[in-house]
Amino acid sequence: MREKLKLLKTTALALSVIACASMAKADVLFWSTQAKPVEETQAMRDQVLAGAGQEVDYQASDGGPWLTRLQAELTAGDGTIGVLGGLHGNFTSLPDDLVDLSALGLKPTFSDLGMLGTSEQKYIPWMQATYVMAANKKALEYLPDGADVNALTYDQLIEWSKNMAEATGSPKFGFPAGPKGLKHRFFQGYLYPSYTDSVVRKFASPEAEVAWEKFKELWSYTNPGSTNFSFMQEQLLNEDVWVAFDHTARLADAFNQRPDDFIAFPAPAGPTGRGFMPVIAGVAVPKTAPDMDAAKELVAYMLKPETQIATLRATSFFPVVDVELPDDMPAAVKIAGDAIAKMSASPDANPGLLPAGLGDQGGKFNQVFTDTFERIVLAGQPVKDVLADQKTILAKIMNDTGAPCWAPDAPSEGACPVE
Amino acid sequence: MTTSSPTVAASQPQKVVDARKAGSMVFAASVFLLCAWVLVPIYFLLVNTLSSPEEVAAFPKTFIPPFNFGSLEFFAGFSGIGNALKNSALVAIVTMIMSIGVGAPAGYALSRFEFRGKAAFRILILMTRAFPLPLLALPLAVMFIRTGLDDTIIGLAIVHTTLALPFAVLITFSLFSGIPVELEEAAWTLGCNRVQAFRKVVLPLVLPGITASAIFAFVISWNEVFAASVLTIENRTLTAFLLQSLDVSPLHLKFAGGFVLVVPALIFIFAVRKYLFAMWGIANR
Amino acid sequence: MENKHLPYMLLLPATIFLCVFFIYPFTLVAWEAFSKDGAFTMEHFQTMTSNWKFEISFWNTLLLAAAVVPIQLALSLLMATMVSKMQKGRDIVLYIWTIPLGISDLAAGIIWLAIFDQSGYLNSMLYGLGVIDQPENFLSYQNKSTIFIAIVLAEIWRATAIMLVILVAGIGLIPKEYYEAAEVFGASNWKRFTKITLPMLKPSLQTALVLRVILAFEVFAVVAALGGTNFPVLMGETYNWQFELQDGNVAAAYALVILAISIVFTLVILRVLRVPKGAQV
Repeated sequence: MREKLKLLKTTALALSVIACASMAKADVLFWSTQAKPVEETQAMRDQVLAGAGQEVDYQASDGGPWLTRLQAELTAGDGTIGVLGGLHGNFTSLPDDLVDLSALGLKPTFSDLGMLGTSEQKYIPWMQATYVMAANKKALEYLPDGADVNALTYDQLIEWSKNMAEATGSPKFGFPAGPKGLKHRFFQGYLYPSYTDSVVRKFASPEAEVAWEKFKELWSYTNPGSTNFSFMQEQLLNEDVWVAFDHTARLADAFNQRPDDFIAFPAPAGPTGRGFMPVIAGVAVPKTAPDMDAAKELVAYMLKPETQIATLRATSFFPVVDVELPDDMPAAVKIAGDAIAKMSASPDANPGLLPAGLGDQGGKFNQVFTDTFERIVLAGQPVKDVLADQKTILAKIMNDTGAPCWAPDAPSEGACPVE
Repeated sequence: MTTSSPTVAASQPQKVVDARKAGSMVFAASVFLLCAWVLVPIYFLLVNTLSSPEEVAAFPKTFIPPFNFGSLEFFAGFSGIGNALKNSALVAIVTMIMSIGVGAPAGYALSRFEFRGKAAFRILILMTRAFPLPLLALPLAVMFIRTGLDDTIIGLAIVHTTLALPFAVLITFSLFSGIPVELEEAAWTLGCNRVQAFRKVVLPLVLPGITASAIFAFVISWNEVFAASVLTIENRTLTAFLLQSLDVSPLHLKFAGGFVLVVPALIFIFAVRKYLFAMWGIANR
Repeated sequence: MENKHLPYMLLLPATIFLCVFFIYPFTLVAWEAFSKDGAFTMEHFQTMTSNWKFEISFWNTLLLAAAVVPIQLALSLLMATMVSKMQKGRDIVLYIWTIPLGISDLAAGIIWLAIFDQSGYLNSMLYGLGVIDQPENFLSYQNKSTIFIAIVLAEIWRATAIMLVILVAGIGLIPKEYYEAAEVFGASNWKRFTKITLPMLKPSLQTALVLRVILAFEVFAVVAALGGTNFPVLMGETYNWQFELQDGNVAAAYALVILAISIVFTLVILRVLRVPKGAQV
């Protein structure tokens, strides 16, 4: 026992020496929730950040540890994190903890979102993506008569899914409803805008009831394993599903591995147009950054056109600044990029924005949509009752935060009303 | 390895021997089945690890490994993986030493003495295991940043020790309870003092329990993700480095990464397994 | 004199350690559950209990523990006795049986998803044997009972070894003479098991059960991998409130519920399996 204690003491001493020695390095720590898959992390380090002109330590982690670490540094008032990378939603609860980056003079697209309802540039958009549809070419022969895959409606998608289910004996449409799936964005940015031309105002309107009824119909031809799917590229590749909706970065693997077997196409349209929504990731600097100048320098580097192209290769997220894309981009970039271009250029396009001004209620706002989905579609509760019930929660969030409406909702005076 | 004494008597009637034979067949078959139950899922992991991305996604699945080393090579070339491996091992070893060093005396006290606050202490020990660690990570991280324990091997090992301590205390407690006090007392009357009696008589008997605690401490530390992700930055452990992003990685890398993580833990258990019942037979008294 | 202070001295390191690294942060988190802007409130518990998922996840957690732990108890007892009876190859068999111990729950989730997945190993096997014409969906939201069975199997696979190791270490301490004496009196295997092994193993059984039950209430990663959104459990909800909904107060309330049921069950087990002083060997 005594020897063990002695051993413990010596080990502890030795270890603290090792630890202190390695802490002396002055890398900029890039603490990010993006490019998490191991090979994307690797690419960020080797291809994107190697040319930053300073040593950058890129660490990607889950939202939980990401936030916990950041909060701990902010509380302790002493930080190691230099630059934060995250989605718009990761930053909404942090405006007071981020430094103003407007002096950098960077104005990529969606810069206004990065102000987080303040007068300062809290984060700078770093890269963008959106959601599209993807299909195995085998699925195309079941397209309903007269349907154009690049100008699909929700009714045609339902019919298509029905045809596939009946012809093959198992549902072939897939939807990322798993625990890490991005389903809430589908409801906020695609289903609601396409049926109600709104997200908040008409949350419980008769039009919204129609939307949910339609989605239920689509769900009956959807692979019932969808509640486990979070990355549709997996199910497309193993052909558990033939047609799927997901984030472009979460489809990229399918296009890159078998570019000749898969196509991408715009999201479907409903009575009020073809709703779609961007995904914005940003870079920010926390108030506790150990070396402010180095951190800001790195932020500026991330927005350079060459860096943006390298980032696109590494992560399948598209640039937020104007760049000329070279010809040798990965298949996923070409295929998905093409679909995005068609979606934005479609005559019935109805682009929406990301929720803004919700502060730390962003997660709860998403939960309203996820819960509505789980109750209506999975638990089979009556649409009208569920919407009435969830409406009160939504209204409370809007009132508590005072967030004004964002597109496609019509602008509001003060908090966006749930009508 | 000590072998236990054979108990089959030669002079038994034929009938009993037959029944024994049938019995030992059933016995062997169940051992085999239980081994298969454990090994088959691991085998699938191995097959997937050695498959190309296309084969991982294929249906029906192949049951023979195609020996494609692409995914493993990816991890071998992953920058910083060696360092992470070293950190993980260091943290696990320090955790092991601390949890036994702090836990075993407490387990001994619980088993040998009646004292006020005994029940409360046991509940306290268990509480550390019953409260979700991710919530504790924030105040701990704040404390560590303020005291300089942040991003050190020892700091993370401390957190892992709180997780492993209940195992160490309770396992040593239950083993010490199984050793008659008379045995120790006999040693005292033979002129040993308390410490000597403990070392010469009790310690050898509880070595299996210490080993079991060590295995738990090692494995808990090795596989812990959350605290490791929050509390290490430069000195990332293998799990913080690899595992926390595995579930969002492409399928073939998921499996290979899972495999890379499993192997060192299995080597460790293999190395210490015999101590689990090293004293078997000596317990004969 | 020495006896009076010795136990406290022996407990001192562990107590100090736990006070600094557990009780202190724990108190801070627990206070979160009861406070709003520095004042006492039960509001967070009300938010928690009025959430439609609270009850489901509460019962799911208990149900899963009730299904998994008894099977694991029986299985680990069986395996531990088998190991103790074995003459040859004992350490290799024990090694194989403890392998799952080295596998993190996240990795276990990945492995078992590969088995139950629509294009996974189970379907491949059934398809290969001609039992099915096309892959079944075992993890469909419409069929919660198969999801439940899958989770139970994966949990039994993953966590039985925890109990096994503790019991094996404990069984080694039972004096051989007891069995030999029983044999002389012609006691059957079953009799020997119930009259010698079980009573003598009580301290280890108690420990194994308490630790396993506590871990069972914190089950999360395997459930998330196999059950997706179909099988909410308390630990998953705690994560969700803490990190997705960013409401640390309600998350702390959830964590306290987990702690409370763990303590209740621990007390029950300690009471049922208590080791009376003096009844030891």
